[in-house]
Amino acid sequence: MSRTPPAPEASGPAGAFRPAPGWCAPEVAQELPGLRLLAAEAQVRRGGSLTGDSPPDIRERLRELSNRMRGATAVAVRRQPVPAAYRVFFRHIGLDPDAVRTPMEAAVLERMLRGGFLSGGLLADVLLVALLDTGVPVWALDAESVEGSLGIRPSGERERLGRSREAPELPGGRLVVADGSAPLAVLFGGLAPGHEPVANTRRLTLFAVQVAGVPELYAEEALWNCRAALELP
Amino acid sequence: MSPSEQLTIDRGAPVLAGVAVGAETGEQAARRSLRAQVARLERELSAIVADGFPYIRAGAPTWASTGPSLLDLERLEQLRDQLAGRVQELRRRAQERSEHELRAQELLERMKLEPGRYKFVRLPVTDLGQRGCGVWEVRPRFGLIGMLAGWWELKLSSGCPLATGSRPSATPATRPGRPLAP
Repeated sequence: MSRTPPAPEASGPAGAFRPAPGWCAPEVAQELPGLRLLAAEAQVRRGGSLTGDSPPDIRERLRELSNRMRGATAVAVRRQPVPAAYRVFFRHIGLDPDAVRTPMEAAVLERMLRGGFLSGGLLADVLLVALLDTGVPVWALDAESVEGSLGIRPSGERERLGRSREAPELPGGRLVVADGSAPLAVLFGGLAPGHEPVANTRRLTLFAVQVAGVPELYAEEALWNCRAALELP
Repeated sequence: MSPSEQLTIDRGAPVLAGVAVGAETGEQAARRSLRAQVARLERELSAIVADGFPYIRAGAPTWASTGPSLLDLERLEQLRDQLAGRVQELRRRAQERSEHELRAQELLERMKLEPGRYKFVRLPVTDLGQRGCGVWEVRPRFGLIGMLAGWWELKLSSGCPLATGSRPSATPATRPGRPLAP
């Protein structure tokens, strides 16, 4: 399987943030043009645990977003360009977005059901804020458990999700986010056990999945938002 | 997407053109064409649901999802056909809904012009495509006197009832949080 070597993540002289583009298996790139994975590393400089309470600035941001997203937005969100692009992509990979919600729609539905965006811990909140701001979902892996660059490919027969002992077996052909040696997440699905960040994880590999119709700037901004929020001392 | 429209898309797509350059290329082109059709249908489906909320819902998914994967030509065709069916069904419901609202609007106009002909007729604002719990109703002015005298008027009731029911008639002494007077 030939993979495009990732460009190094760079910060320009003006502090411009450029995430590393991930690779895409040729058959995936051919069938799903516009699909890209962008990755960036983040050092957690915030005090406290990743799963513990969020600092006041993030909780305040969640409150603002809760007030901005009301019932009418929940329905209209599917027509906004970025969430609509994810809906179309879900169809293209065999997911029904009315059954398996796109990340943005799932978040907004959750807000409707719970009456607001309730804090789920520092990392979860940071990822949620980035999603709500840009429409682009971001996931985080424990950087220590990632070997090489990330990319998207179909899983092989009897391949396991992750490298841990309890890694479940994947059916062949499932689209996964993988590093150099193993799938680490199902595309738009759960992370592999043993690769999720835990409370005291300090180095994260963030990745965003950009699909056709989503400007690259949005994906970059989503990653930048997460990194900036986590790296604030 | 109407059948004629669908045929136009299939004809216009490079599927047939692909025959000249090899079967594999033709199949890839066919999949690309199907994905474009799926994208169009999805956008139309979303537009109908968003415009028709809360009267038109997306409905139960009919597509048996097996997780994210690359779909072959057959699966893409099935997906396109199922989506086309759903869009057609939703279009029909949207059309029915719009006719229903139009009839309700006409009825309201008639009720305004000749309230005496529509005694006690009630028309919820939701039938007019508006939000809220208001109801237009033809009622006699001044109650029984108006009924006997034939004075009818069209009134719009106020908003939704409180979820907690009507406000309890709390006296200052029983109001919570306030100390009792010595």
